[in-house]
Amino acid sequence: MTTPLVLGVLAGAVLSGTSLLYATLGETIVERSGIVNLGLEGILLIGASVGFSVAAASGSAWLGLAAAAAAGGLGNLLFGWLVVTRKANQLASGLAMMFFGFGVSALVGAPYVGAVIVGLPKWRPSWLDGLPWVRSTTLFNYDLLTWLAVPVAILVWWALFRTRWGLGVRAVGESPAAAFAAGRNPAVLQYQALSSGGVLGGLAGAHLSLSLTLTWAEYMTAGRGFIAIALVIFSKWHPLRAIAGALLFGGAEALQLQLQARGSDISPFLLEMAPYLLTILVLLAWGGSRRLAAPASLGRTFYGSD
Amino acid sequence: MTHPVSTPLLEVRGISKRYGAVLANDQVDLSLYGGEVHALLGENGAGKSTLSKIMYGFTRPDSGEILLGGKPVDLHSPRDARALGIGMVFQNFLLIPALSVLENIALFLTDLPPIFRREAVEQRIREFGERFGLVVDPWAQVRQLSVGDQQKVEILKLLLAQARVLILDEPTKVLAPHEVVALFRVFEVLKAEGYSILFITHKLREVVACADRITVMRQGRVEGRLTSGQADVDTLVTMMFGEGGAGEPTATGTVPEQPPSTLPIFELRGASSKATGSETPLKNLDVSIGAGEIVGVAGVSGSGQKELGDLILGLRPLSTGSKWFCGADASSWTIARIRESGVAFVPEDPLVMAAVPGMSVRENLVLGTGRRYWKGATINWRALEVAMGKSFSALAFPVPGLDPPMGALSGGNLQRVVIAREMAHKPKLVVALYPTRGLDVRSALSVRDLLRRVRDGGGGVLLISEDLEELAEMADRLLVLYGGAIAGEFKRGVWQAEQVGHLMTGSKEALHA
Amino acid sequence: MPEARMAAALRTSQAVRISLRYALVCAVALAMFAAILLAAGKDPLKAYADTFTYTLANAYGFSELLVRMTPLLLAAVAVALPSRLGLINVGGEGQLYLGAWMASAGALMFPGLPAWILLPLVVVMGFLGGAIWGAIPGVLRAAKLVNETIATLLLNYIAPLIVSFFIFGPWRAVDSSAYPQSSAFPEAARLPSFFNTRIHAGILISLAVLLAYWLIMEKTRWGVEMRAIGGNPEAAQRLGIPVAVWIVIALAIGGGLAGLAGMGEVMGIHGRLRQGLSPGYGFTGFLISWLAGGRPLGILFMAFLFAIITSAGDTLQITQGLPYSVVNILLAMILFIVLARRPARGTAK
Repeated sequence: MTTPLVLGVLAGAVLSGTSLLYATLGETIVERSGIVNLGLEGILLIGASVGFSVAAASGSAWLGLAAAAAAGGLGNLLFGWLVVTRKANQLASGLAMMFFGFGVSALVGAPYVGAVIVGLPKWRPSWLDGLPWVRSTTLFNYDLLTWLAVPVAILVWWALFRTRWGLGVRAVGESPAAAFAAGRNPAVLQYQALSSGGVLGGLAGAHLSLSLTLTWAEYMTAGRGFIAIALVIFSKWHPLRAIAGALLFGGAEALQLQLQARGSDISPFLLEMAPYLLTILVLLAWGGSRRLAAPASLGRTFYGSD
Repeated sequence: MTHPVSTPLLEVRGISKRYGAVLANDQVDLSLYGGEVHALLGENGAGKSTLSKIMYGFTRPDSGEILLGGKPVDLHSPRDARALGIGMVFQNFLLIPALSVLENIALFLTDLPPIFRREAVEQRIREFGERFGLVVDPWAQVRQLSVGDQQKVEILKLLLAQARVLILDEPTKVLAPHEVVALFRVFEVLKAEGYSILFITHKLREVVACADRITVMRQGRVEGRLTSGQADVDTLVTMMFGEGGAGEPTATGTVPEQPPSTLPIFELRGASSKATGSETPLKNLDVSIGAGEIVGVAGVSGSGQKELGDLILGLRPLSTGSKWFCGADASSWTIARIRESGVAFVPEDPLVMAAVPGMSVRENLVLGTGRRYWKGATINWRALEVAMGKSFSALAFPVPGLDPPMGALSGGNLQRVVIAREMAHKPKLVVALYPTRGLDVRSALSVRDLLRRVRDGGGGVLLISEDLEELAEMADRLLVLYGGAIAGEFKRGVWQAEQVGHLMTGSKEALHA
Repeated sequence: MPEARMAAALRTSQAVRISLRYALVCAVALAMFAAILLAAGKDPLKAYADTFTYTLANAYGFSELLVRMTPLLLAAVAVALPSRLGLINVGGEGQLYLGAWMASAGALMFPGLPAWILLPLVVVMGFLGGAIWGAIPGVLRAAKLVNETIATLLLNYIAPLIVSFFIFGPWRAVDSSAYPQSSAFPEAARLPSFFNTRIHAGILISLAVLLAYWLIMEKTRWGVEMRAIGGNPEAAQRLGIPVAVWIVIALAIGGGLAGLAGMGEVMGIHGRLRQGLSPGYGFTGFLISWLAGGRPLGILFMAFLFAIITSAGDTLQITQGLPYSVVNILLAMILFIVLARRPARGTAK
């Protein structure tokens, strides 16, 4: 492996890992409250398409970013209405959200297919610019979302593990009955977790279309939502471990892109399988130990007391 | 006796609550004063739990009023009750195993700021722990605590949240004898500091030992009120069960003769088994169950009882050692083969462990019968119905309708169906896992009777129970499990509850009598 | 026997009630979808009217519905059978692609065989392809390593890449360099079609599978064991039913059936292996099975309904200039309404 390849992969890992990290953090909050949202793929798509469309229509990537965050939050609230208020089956509701995301993103994005936008501004601190091996790559030339990714992960960790709110969210995910008996309202906490998780999911989608590809294409998230769900398991529902997971998967994707760009002999189709195979392998390796780490009430519906 | 003239801390008047056809509470009055332990006594289904849930705001009464310090209050939810200084420890603790003691307690504190210092909470826990004799490590994960320590956390939670009235629903049920003594010592300290304790139980001796006043409930009504001086076991029995009712179970029947020394029906030799998650690993067990013998297994919950039962039934693999059934090496037999060889299973909760609620009674009867009723790709339903009909009549059980779903049966009928199925093919060994837990007194008696009949018919029984009185009455031999290993083994009649209790909690060296 | 007649009458009225409920659900979903189309500046009434004319109003349209139902029925049973064990198979899409790939492999490797050998061979290979893709998550789930929902979802993304690899690479037809596809299959491997339409023998396979599914589930001891696992896995295990073995079998058969759907598409319709074989048949099959509660007659009815709805996707594309995927909103609406009406039971994990 040549040095530029390593640097290219590294730079790419951070760039494609950003969106994975936001998505994983969002799902972590949601799952910590006891809810599995398989519709994350749909939320990502909605974020990507709303973000792109608003940016294309308004000319402002920042406006697109805000719209994507709001759309993601709203999407998860709709999901919350199903699984919290209507107490619907979480897996089926998640798949319904996935379909919803497929359709809505296609509808919203249709007029802007092929549109040209100005993406989120990227910058590199000047003192890093001086390093010769950095200047020729995209390393450290990041947009705001990428710069903030790790701080956001720390923030999520702090909110979940050091605040009264986070304690309530984790308690609901472990045992809604115990949380209820302790005077917390499980439904309210789950809605709060869902909306904040949705905002992060919307940002994750928007990063794809507003920074990484600068285009909108149907199904462009290509299963990243499901990979993020696997990453939540990989990181044992812990926001800080999610950073490593996102980098690993971002790296797999970047390596594949780098090899393709360098005209590798390996078929691009085989390379494209790598992230999915890696996901399954990671789930396999973590399979045995994950049961203790998972929120005890994950996926269950709380019917209230009495 | 405490202040009968002062205002009670908490009082309920004329409480009624109906669930469907059942009147769970019927015009119930009860008062709790500061500085007293008030025992609420009654058999299962007498309405104690309903009343306590109403007093804690978990359930709303159909009629009646609740007074706090003489003023009527409206309890919409446990939150209201807690704001008024009422706290409750449920039978199934409402603790979160994955969180630390500190987090469990912090969750419960309403005065906690949004961003809280954990050290401040730790300080308060240590302070209260020492004051009331409730010392636990604030940083320990609750799942690692013994049941006794978990109960301490539950009580600490209430004290830190400034509860003055403590409702404890059957707090001694899960405790070993010496832990019960320790709990009563905590009661004394609480009393001295002016707390009021409502102690719900159906164990008479404990009531006599620690209560200042006693309210006895039967069939939803208050049957009598006594002070500690007036109460003795006989009076209480009469009040609990009515005239001529079933008394507290006492050992009946003759001590059987020594079982004939033939080949044991079942044997574990140096058997160990690995554990995942919250299970308990089994360590080097030697267990033998002879023909015509009931082997009892005692232990505090999580000592490996369920794992032992599962090991015998083939649900978990042996990591070392061997398993023998009627002289054959059964170490690697499948569950189906073990069952077909004549091992039956009577579980605590048949709807969870031994029945499929959504399938018909008929289909449930064929489950677990192996290939006995196979007919090509289908099932010989006629032969099944004949065989099961015989089993029902041999047990003197009424035959239920076969078409409705299993889940539609009442609890008693459901257990009868499962027992009839398990007994249909003359089992050589019955593994009974907490078979009387949650049953009313009469059903429990009939289950015990059934197990004795298996024994008297030359079968072997492994009876896993947490009720030491039941084991004293039933077991020909008693194994005490602690931490997945055998801590002691006794012949019938040579052990005492105190001694077994210490072995169960690991507070004494293992000894074999 | 008046009792039997009463019972029959009761069943009939129940069937009527259920049908009415479905009709109401669809009406509400159509109204909500119409509102969304209106908001997007499209004409929903024209879209619905066009869909009707293209599908039900003439014989050709109707024949196309049957063509579409063929894979939908199989994809639905592929979900329904594992669902009776409490397993969630959302991998129909990938299983379909792998079935198509294996069937194509059979047809391309043995072009000289006579139809009476080659045709059964491609059918079996199609089934096997899907079965492998179903057995992988089955084994992972049975070993309690990976949840089958997430595993089947992930495998969906891999199978089409395998197909792409072959049609861009080793199998690429020399005669059509512009369009990536395999060379044409020999006539002997093709499923016969009927009445000068695109209806092919696959529809017979689909109906036979549906019937067999009902027979196995309701009339055999295998059905009793599988339903026991779905109803209470812990009790089933304790009663000696080989739960792990059944999990692998059920997911493998489910995958195999979806594989048959893929085989039908390439052998009955395209005659070559191509990309984009399925406009989401696997996912739609999940919806059909889920809405029908796994009941065979319900599957038949819902498959017909969803054949119409997915045709609406084509209509939107052709007459309204909207992407086909927009029809997913309509599918989601139907699901939302049903989910919001029917509370979950127990755990879904």
